[in-house]
Amino acid sequence: MTDEASALPAVPFLRFDDAGGAYLQGSRCANCGAVAPGDRVVCNACGARGRTESIRLCEHGNLYSYTIVYRSFPGVRTPFIAAVVELEGGGALKGTLLGVPADPEQIPFGMPVEIVYRGTGQTSAEGRPFVSYYFAPVGALQ
Amino acid sequence: MSDVYIVGIDMIPFGRYPQCTVAGLGAEAALLALDDAGLTIRDMQALYCGNLLEAHLMVGQRILREIGQTGIAAVNTANACATGATAFREGLIAIKAGMYDLVLAVGVEQMGKGLLGGAKRSDGFVEEGVLGSGTMPSMFAQVGIEHSRKYGTSFEQFARVAVKNHHHSTMNPKAMSRRETPLEEVMAAEMISYPNTKLMCSINVDGAAAAVIASESATRRLGLMDRAVRVRASELTSGPYTPHVFALPDFNLVTRNCARLAYDAAGMSIDDVDLIELHDCFATAELVHYENLGLCAAGEAGRLIDSGETALGGRIPVNVSGGLLSKGHPLGATGIANLYEITTHLRTAAEQRQVEGARIGMTHVVGGTHDRGSACVIHILEKA
Repeated sequence: MTDEASALPAVPFLRFDDAGGAYLQGSRCANCGAVAPGDRVVCNACGARGRTESIRLCEHGNLYSYTIVYRSFPGVRTPFIAAVVELEGGGALKGTLLGVPADPEQIPFGMPVEIVYRGTGQTSAEGRPFVSYYFAPVGALQ
Repeated sequence: MSDVYIVGIDMIPFGRYPQCTVAGLGAEAALLALDDAGLTIRDMQALYCGNLLEAHLMVGQRILREIGQTGIAAVNTANACATGATAFREGLIAIKAGMYDLVLAVGVEQMGKGLLGGAKRSDGFVEEGVLGSGTMPSMFAQVGIEHSRKYGTSFEQFARVAVKNHHHSTMNPKAMSRRETPLEEVMAAEMISYPNTKLMCSINVDGAAAAVIASESATRRLGLMDRAVRVRASELTSGPYTPHVFALPDFNLVTRNCARLAYDAAGMSIDDVDLIELHDCFATAELVHYENLGLCAAGEAGRLIDSGETALGGRIPVNVSGGLLSKGHPLGATGIANLYEITTHLRTAAEQRQVEGARIGMTHVVGGTHDRGSACVIHILEKA
């Protein structure tokens, strides 16, 4: 039996709020406006120190680039779509795009996507489930 | 400041040498380069060794144990796919600084087959397939698709890179793969990461290459100017900030920045360059670097490969060695092996694949990963 409290985030910037809801923690530089996943002390875009503020990354964005992966490491199920998404409000993430056929004809550039949170099917050595973010066309997985 | 020269250079044929060690392969290339210069290890004042996969295992010192422990400075470098070129450049800088007159640079790698890297994180989590993909073919496929998005570059245009480079390889006895691959075969090969099929991916091989680098005074003193090649530019850049930096490593801006520095240092433009060995780790990469290095305007790379101008006999031949797609890509060796290719042309010794009248050549390597960064080295060489 697992619950949200025992879930492990797949990446350090995936956090859970008090109600167990997942969100993506980020930072925005007050000097140059650059958005990065996770917390930062120094901005990697402009080098400003101590000017970054914590934000929640926007959960909507647009497909920037992708590939359809057919050959991967042993044990990884293929094909899957490895996507790069530009988030509204700044920042870009890599991730797996769900809810779209693995066919270039059906993967339009700039397609609006949203971030969804799902169990990954993987568990830690202690049996805690890893939860990750994924991309999906808006509304496709509701 | 006086010029710096390559006075000896060679590479072993790239291939699979499971019975050899990294030090043994590096030593073999080092001796070949010393022979090419007519010098011995006792003439060398320092060794610069590039190796990635055994970066913490003192490969430079181990090579000296094979070829002569003269007690000289040994510097070991690791810098992704720019590892060998970085080692060479460090040697060149030391000569420019006036510390040495004659140094040896060696790049060497022994690699397994298949995809680089592994899936599992230290906490046991497998990111691959969940957080997209971190494989090399996937990253460079995304780079290619980014180009398609902007300019409509097609799968067929990317595939033509493999057709061209594999054709070139039939004239290079030191390439791992030496056979023609017609367009239909390239496009129908196993899809690895769309649009890169298996024949559009560089081969993981073992290899080593080495160069003897000399100051102008040493080159003259030793009477080596006849076969010497002058280094007109040697530039290194790290991946600059881009808004996508946490999602997709930058191979474009890092290359553009490096190219600008190199052209400035050499006082040249792309129009002065007769041939290029650029980093075709995947077919998609070659096309984006046409634009990054200034061979054509933004958006024109697809038309440039279609035109045949980058094939041997064309306006600006690219990867006449067969490139990494055919030669293979032993990470640490690649950056010196492409200097070997250019030097061979500038010496008019490339036989069947000779670029006629070659006076100026350029080498380019770039590598990195999404969670780390990127590194790029460009050299411009001139017939002395």
